[in-house]
Amino acid sequence: MSFKTVFTPAIPAIIAANAPKIVAQDVNVYYGEKSAIKELSITIPDKAVSAFIGPSGCGKSTFLRSINRMNDTIPSCRVTGKIAFDGMDIYDRAVDVVELRARIGMVFQKPNPFPKSIFENVAYGVRIHGLAKDKVDLERIVTESLQRASLWDEVKDRLAHAGTGLSGGQQQRLCIARAIAVNPEVILMDEPCSALDPIATARIEELISDLKQNFCIVIVTHSMQQAARVSDLTAFFHLGTLVEVGDTDAVFTNPQEKRTQDYITGRFG
Amino acid sequence: MTTTSLNLTKKYRLRHYTEPVVFSLMLGASFFAVLTTLGIVLSVASESYRFFSAVPLQSFLFGTEWAPSSPIPSFGFVPLIVGTLLITIIALAVAAPIGILSAVYMAEYATPRARAFAKPLLELLAGIPTVVLGFFAALTVAPFIRAMGAQVGLTIASESALAAGLVMGMMIVPLISSLSDDVINAVPQAMRDGSYAMGATQSETIRKVVLPAAFPGIVSAFILAISRAIGETMIVVMAAGLAPNLSINPLAAVTTVTVQINAMLVGDQEFDSAKTLSAFALGLTLFVLTLILNVIALRVVRQYKEHYA
Repeated sequence: MSFKTVFTPAIPAIIAANAPKIVAQDVNVYYGEKSAIKELSITIPDKAVSAFIGPSGCGKSTFLRSINRMNDTIPSCRVTGKIAFDGMDIYDRAVDVVELRARIGMVFQKPNPFPKSIFENVAYGVRIHGLAKDKVDLERIVTESLQRASLWDEVKDRLAHAGTGLSGGQQQRLCIARAIAVNPEVILMDEPCSALDPIATARIEELISDLKQNFCIVIVTHSMQQAARVSDLTAFFHLGTLVEVGDTDAVFTNPQEKRTQDYITGRFG
Repeated sequence: MTTTSLNLTKKYRLRHYTEPVVFSLMLGASFFAVLTTLGIVLSVASESYRFFSAVPLQSFLFGTEWAPSSPIPSFGFVPLIVGTLLITIIALAVAAPIGILSAVYMAEYATPRARAFAKPLLELLAGIPTVVLGFFAALTVAPFIRAMGAQVGLTIASESALAAGLVMGMMIVPLISSLSDDVINAVPQAMRDGSYAMGATQSETIRKVVLPAAFPGIVSAFILAISRAIGETMIVVMAAGLAPNLSINPLAAVTTVTVQINAMLVGDQEFDSAKTLSAFALGLTLFVLTLILNVIALRVVRQYKEHYA
């Protein structure tokens, strides 16, 4: 039952260099009786991109959704162990989930803009959390967020148009703008490019690399090339266990575990 | 052993005949439905034409007195439509909040068990025959309102628009809640997830994301409910009365278009008197009214979809 995660070669350089943002310890996640994550421990560094890879059903999305407590919306889901965000246990009773999710943003697999205008989509979280002093301030935040999501030039003349009218890649960048508008510290991305074409994917990846200067980014991906391109830290999941964690270069060039090697060389998954 | 060659000729295959038969059956069924509607509209329109050759259109549409049985009959439509609208508005004032809130409860808050229990119960209300609702309004609700009015020193007619409107509201609650529940359920979970992930609470998510996304469907639910309310007969026959008062006082007795159609045709009537023919004219106006409502609903929904979908 108890499984020791392998680190390559020892403590990954990115974890040693950057401050820890999220520290998970002995995390178990259950859906009803079924165990989806077993005894998971990982440190996720700030101002870096961490990628979770692994075959379908390995628990990587489940763990991602545990970090901002999105699993709370699934009644049968239960989480044990400790996930610390800046040292604070997020499953502590005293934690305000609303505040937590304002600080840990999320981007989903399928772009899910609200049925509102482009402006209102980005303004959504800002309004909910009362982050803008007045109308001018709100407009400034919306503009900046769209600029940071590198969407501004494409939509600046049609902010009042429906967000759902944009192309898939633009919608996903709109969702990223919406997430960064509330000035979070962490951005979780659940396969953000799996519904996009290669060009839109390239733009999002470029954006991810820009954003890591200011945010702690965690990305779940099915594409090993994507993990290799954008991430600093790579974690390989298999059947609910975290098999191996290491600097991305090291994991892809010199995996310590046979299963990791089999997966990244395409032997299964 | 001989091999049978594939028979590619058309003639011995039954399937070449079944397809056209199925096709013509379906075409016939659709045609029949369309034809019936057309027939009803044409018949009502032609009888109305006969009515309007006896009574000028203007005096019908803008007349404020409805007295078809008096020695000098007058056929003013205004008191009837005002009565109809008054009762419909009262019904909506009851049904809109109750219907929407119960739909939101069932779709968003209720546990699956509570929902499995509450939804059929609410739909049971829709199954109550309107004649039962009618005497409930006339014999239970109206006297209750009258007694309540007496307590605070108000004189309320024993047949009041309020009693009829309240009960009619209860009649359309299941319609609004059931349809709204369906459209709220149809809002993709991804929308809710997106909102929760922004740190929105459940009620913020419902108010700002789910209900706006479900808005076109909710509008059509309302229009359907209004159409039902305008066309409803039994409740108003029993509870609203026959007095064609031109009044917007909910505590007074009023009459409606449907009640008067009913009254014009009940009993022994000559079928060519203006009095009897007025039923067709009233029916036609009712038909036009619901048609206009449906067109408005379609436009609202389409405009909204252009904007947001």
